[in-house]
Amino acid sequence: MAEHQQATETNAAAAGQQVWQPKIIAFVCNWCTYAGADLAGTSRLQYDANIRVLRLPCTGRIDPLFLIKAFERGADGVLVSGCHPGDCHYNTGNYHARRRWTLFRPLLEFVGIDPHRVQFSWVSAAEGAKWAEVVNDVVKNVRDLGPFEGYHGMLKKSGWSE
Amino acid sequence: MARVGVFICHCGENIGRTVDCAAVAEAARKIRGVVHAVDYKYMCSSPGQNMIRDAIRQHKLTGVVVAACSPRMHEPTFRRATAEAGLNPFLCEMANIREHCSWVHEDRAAATRKAIDLVGVMVEKVKRNQPLLPIRVPVTRRALVIGGGIAGIQAALDIANGGHEVILVERDASIGGHMAQLSETFPTLDCSQCILTPRMVEVAQHPRIKLYVYSEVEAVSGFIGNFEVKIRRKATSVDSSICTGCGACQAACPMAKIPSEFNRNLGPRKAIYSPFPQAVPNKPVVDQENCLRYKTAKKKGTKAAETKVCGKCLEACPIAPKKAVDFSLCEDTFVTEKVGAIVVCTGFDLLPMNQFGEYGYGKYPDVIDGLQFERLASASGPTQGAMKRPSDGKEPKEIVFIQCAGSRDNAKGIPYCSKICCMYTAKHTMLYKHKVHDGRATVFYMDVRAAGKNYDEFWRRAVEVDEANYIRGRVSKVYQRGDKLIVKGVDTLSGELVEINADLVVLATAMVAQPKTEHLAQRLSIGYDAHKFLSEAHPKLRPVETNTAGVFLAGACQAPKDIPDTVAQASGAASKIQGLFSSQELERDPTIAHVNETTCAACWYCVDVCPYQATQKKEIKDRQGKLVKMVATVNEGVCQGCGLCAATCRSKSIELDGFKDEQICAEIMAL
Repeated sequence: MAEHQQATETNAAAAGQQVWQPKIIAFVCNWCTYAGADLAGTSRLQYDANIRVLRLPCTGRIDPLFLIKAFERGADGVLVSGCHPGDCHYNTGNYHARRRWTLFRPLLEFVGIDPHRVQFSWVSAAEGAKWAEVVNDVVKNVRDLGPFEGYHGMLKKSGWSE
Repeated sequence: MARVGVFICHCGENIGRTVDCAAVAEAARKIRGVVHAVDYKYMCSSPGQNMIRDAIRQHKLTGVVVAACSPRMHEPTFRRATAEAGLNPFLCEMANIREHCSWVHEDRAAATRKAIDLVGVMVEKVKRNQPLLPIRVPVTRRALVIGGGIAGIQAALDIANGGHEVILVERDASIGGHMAQLSETFPTLDCSQCILTPRMVEVAQHPRIKLYVYSEVEAVSGFIGNFEVKIRRKATSVDSSICTGCGACQAACPMAKIPSEFNRNLGPRKAIYSPFPQAVPNKPVVDQENCLRYKTAKKKGTKAAETKVCGKCLEACPIAPKKAVDFSLCEDTFVTEKVGAIVVCTGFDLLPMNQFGEYGYGKYPDVIDGLQFERLASASGPTQGAMKRPSDGKEPKEIVFIQCAGSRDNAKGIPYCSKICCMYTAKHTMLYKHKVHDGRATVFYMDVRAAGKNYDEFWRRAVEVDEANYIRGRVSKVYQRGDKLIVKGVDTLSGELVEINADLVVLATAMVAQPKTEHLAQRLSIGYDAHKFLSEAHPKLRPVETNTAGVFLAGACQAPKDIPDTVAQASGAASKIQGLFSSQELERDPTIAHVNETTCAACWYCVDVCPYQATQKKEIKDRQGKLVKMVATVNEGVCQGCGLCAATCRSKSIELDGFKDEQICAEIMAL
């Protein structure tokens, strides 16, 4: 995938344009997914670089407003990842995260943000390979969906620059 | 005015090879609020830490960002360095540009871009960090040890000898675990029980060890230094405080055909039983599933104490005036204990019988596993140590040992090596030859792994002195013909097929985690891997701790291991606990939640959501004592810092220090 990226970039650079790179923000929990991502690093599993991880103590800390903020700031996709149900370091945090998501998803659809741009996953501290796979899948998904035009298209049309 | 210092580590080649650290430092200097940015080869080394300390003093830094490995690795290191320079340690953050960046992305440009972004994120966060002071909580200086095998016994003795009280909980009626089932141990061929039973007795007699046998941990709540544990004491039907262990009840019991778990189903036990003669404590328990009285009582719906069936044990009990056998003790009871630290020593199990159809394991009585062979060889076993095969009691003249039965086999879902089998199989061949001089022992192996001290010399003795026949190859099938077991295998070194007419086949089955491990791990909030072995905090540097502060691991529950390593790990866990108990108070991580009492609307959502009941209702009264309003408040001693309350609060009146809404928003905005 890295080579494909580079080739596209070289061609585009030659053509004098900027190739769009998906911007994906991941909100992960410290105890499972962050540790799983660390394990992916220790195992040198390679994955797509278009992801930025933000560490939180628990997925239960995630306010849906953060996800909206991420899109507002130009994210094309968001990933939320935590401990498997039953394994939350704080017992119930991931259950609350899941419930919030269940309520939030219809709101996203209602507002017109494609809910496929937000992915939920459970990655444990022992699942380094799964983390790499999840990241690659999410980036590929968002690449296929294209840039998130919703907010930025509106800004451009109204003539407001950021 | 923020004055942030950014320190980029090369980590030797680990980061420097893929990420252009100088470029990251350059980009960092351009961020508003950053007054100092450098890169260096090894930030965590002594000169590296000095750089940070000097920079804090020289440039009067108000915040520090170290871009290096994972904070899970070195956050404490850099926070300590920051504190030593006089800056509050919670004003130091780490950007993970190694595990999450240089190690997983090959493209230098992409990795450098990402590193710059990650540094930007942490700079924005640290600008909004507040200095925090550690919270002190009292420590209950008692330890809980779960599991009474050699790991639990060692840990309990070390902690108790260190001056602290220990609660040891064991599921079976006696402590000793699997080591008590062994005949002799490698590489010394020490009699296993002879080296174990003195320790078992020491545990039982130790003034600071409280032993709960035939008990299980039911529930755990609290946190490091302050755990509350609920223990289920299973019904024994025997009053152990007056029982003398004379054994008369066991002799009298008519239910004589129950397969003994201790003898791995090779011999019987009674319904009222002590697992083995050297059991500690040597007090029997009644197995309610197999006791005639209990079975009848269950069918009739009456209580065992009132059901006048059998009762031979009761009759035989010589204790007076009150008998030790007491059928009114028929219900499980519960006790609660307060402890400050927990060591999990639940040990291992062996791969079950139904996994080896091709070897006839479970079908042919003469195909057994390693632990069953130990029981046959053991002087306290079902054959008193005579080599007699299970089917007809004949002395086997030809034994085939099959290594790696299940281990290193992706088809069986067990890719790992079980570590102990090469050694115990070599031991088995020696035990066999010492008893049956004209017998022949053949071992089918893939590799022989004898890596410990004196281990290689040991297995070579099996080959050179005791004439064990080692064949490098696997066995495809074992089947019965007459009273022989035909073993079909291959010798890969000569390239020939091998067929052996064996009297007994011993499988070195894979070591697996105990079936209830997952359940226990969830109750303790500790991690486990795909094979249900419990997860250590760091595979290299923190082998006895878990990710949950105050919960430690020792023994085979963490990964397959032999007795010397188990004992070492148990002592290691004990020493960590000694460190924990070395002061009366514990410093807690202050990244906890706080309520803004002005804006709190008292909706109590935060109280509902908290997994630890740390958020509580508080009354605010005026000077006359009249109630003005109710607000939520956070108990500093209990809050674990998960942030559920902060995310749930609709008026945003509750904030989690270190992960405030404004900080996370700033992090998002930095990307």
